Amino acid sequence: MGAADLPWATSAEIAHAVGAGEQSALGVVDAALSRIAKLNPTLNAFTAVTAERARAKARAVDGSRDKSALPLAGVPFAVKNLFDIQGLPTVAGSKINRARPKADRDSPLIEKLEAAGAVLVGALNMGEYAYDFTGENVHDGPSRNPHDITRMTGGSSGGSGGAVGGGLVPLALGSDTNGSIRVPSSLCGIFGLKPTYGRLSRARSFPFVASLDHLGPFARSTLDLALSYDVMQGADADDAGCAQRGHEFATPELTRGLDGLRIAVAGGYFKKGAFPEALAALERVAKAAGARDEVEIPEAARARAAAYVITTTEGAALHLDRLRRQARDFDPAVRDRLIAGAMVPATLVDKAQIFRRWYRERVLDLFKTCDAIVAPATPCTAPKIGQQTFTLDGVELPVRPNMGIYTQPISFIGLPVVAVPVPLSPLPIAVQIIAAPWREDVALRIAHALEQMDAVAAPRPNL
Amino acid sequence: MADPLDEFIVAAAAALQLPLEPDWQAAVKANLAVTLQHANFVAGFALPDEAEPAPIYKA
Repeated sequence: MGAADLPWATSAEIAHAVGAGEQSALGVVDAALSRIAKLNPTLNAFTAVTAERARAKARAVDGSRDKSALPLAGVPFAVKNLFDIQGLPTVAGSKINRARPKADRDSPLIEKLEAAGAVLVGALNMGEYAYDFTGENVHDGPSRNPHDITRMTGGSSGGSGGAVGGGLVPLALGSDTNGSIRVPSSLCGIFGLKPTYGRLSRARSFPFVASLDHLGPFARSTLDLALSYDVMQGADADDAGCAQRGHEFATPELTRGLDGLRIAVAGGYFKKGAFPEALAALERVAKAAGARDEVEIPEAARARAAAYVITTTEGAALHLDRLRRQARDFDPAVRDRLIAGAMVPATLVDKAQIFRRWYRERVLDLFKTCDAIVAPATPCTAPKIGQQTFTLDGVELPVRPNMGIYTQPISFIGLPVVAVPVPLSPLPIAVQIIAAPWREDVALRIAHALEQMDAVAAPRPNL
Repeated sequence: MADPLDEFIVAAAAALQLPLEPDWQAAVKANLAVTLQHANFVAGFALPDEAEPAPIYKA
C-alpha cells in the first residue's frame, strides 16, 4: 500500500498492513492528518483535530507487541461532536454547549475502538443538537459533500459523511435518531450502520430523543462496518437504553452470501414521492438481491408522523431550560421547532406512543415471511446547500424535516439498517437494508453480497 | 378575529415561561401546525382502549 493509496484504503487493509509491519500506525495517522489539513478547509467536516493525542496513540500501537491481533490497528477515525472526547467540551453542534466543562473521559465507543487499535483524530461537524437532515450548521458553517461541494452532506451526522466520503478517514461514528446516519450515507455515497435500538452504548454522548437515539459507524466497505460494530458491542449499565445482550458477531457471517435469505421490497409509502434516482437505486439493489416480492409496511406514513411528534416533544423536554435561558443562542431553525415542540399537548404524545407499540407488532409480523426488506434511504440525491424546499409527490415541502421520510418509520421501532450506496452518476444515493431486531448480521451479510456483486460501492470523489 | 393557534402559542409561551419574540412567532406557528397535523393523523387511528404505549414502566 503506497502513500497515494492511503486515503482510500479500508480499515481492514490498514489494520492488516500495520499488523504485518508493512506500514506504521504513525505513518498512517500522519497521512490522515495531512489530508485533513489539506481538505478540511473545503469540506468543513472536522470541528476539532486531536493531532497530538492521535500521534501518541499511534506510537503506542506501533510499540504494541500484539498489534497483529488488533482488528483496527492504526485505523484513523473521527466522531460526530456529540461524543465525549476527553479534554474537549461536547458541543453537539451548538454554541451553547461550548461553555460546558471539558469531558473527563471518552465515550465508551471511542474507548472500545481505541482498545482495538484504532486512533481518534478528531471531532466532526453536525447539525445543531442533531435536529437536522441537511448537514448545515449556523455556528460552524455547513459540511460540504465531497462529490459536489455546493451540495449538502445530509444530516445530522454531516461531518461524518463528508469525512468518510472524502477519504479523510476510513471510519467515523455518528448518531441516528430519525435517519442521521442513513441520510448522510446516502448523500455522501458511503456505507452506514444504524444498529438495533439498544445495541450500542450511548453513554457519554449528548442525547437528543432518548427513546429514538442510536449510535453507529460509517465506512467505505461493509467489512469495515462489521469490524467496528463487532468491537463496539456489549451491555453498558451507564446507558439505561442499552440492552443486556452479549456479543453477537457479524464479521464471521459476512461472506455467507444470499443463500436462504428471503428479501422483499418495501412498496406503497416507500415508493411514493421518491425521485427517479431513488427508485433506480432501489431497483438495482432489489434485482441484485433477488428481491421480487413487495411488502407493504403497514401505516408507514402514520409511523413517520408519530416519530415526528415524539421527536419534537422529547427534544423540547431535553432543551426546555436552555430555551428559557438562552433561546437566542440556538440556531433559529432549531429553536423555533423546539419551542413549538414544547407546546404539543401530552395527550397527543401519548397517542403516538400507543400507536408505536401497535406498529411495532405489525412490522415484526412481516419478518415471519422475510429476512430483510429493502427501501430507499432518501427521496433524492444531495440537494444544494441552502436549498429550502423540494417537491415530493407533487407537493412542495421543506427539505430540512423531509429528507428522512423513508428512514423515520424504520428507526421509530429501532430496527437495524445498513445503508448501502449506489454509485449513480452524477451523484450517489443509498438504499436501506432493513432486518429484524438484533439481526444486524443479516443486513450486513446482504450488504456485503451486494458489494461483492458491484451492485453497491462507495464511489471516489474528484477532490 | 385572531387565529386561535396564534392565541394558543402566546398563551402557551407565557404558561411555560418560554421566550417568544414577535419575529419568531410565524416560524413557531408553522412548526406547531405541522406537528399538530402529524399528531392528529396518528390520533385518528383507532386502537382499543387496552392498547399500551411503547414505553412500559417496570419496577
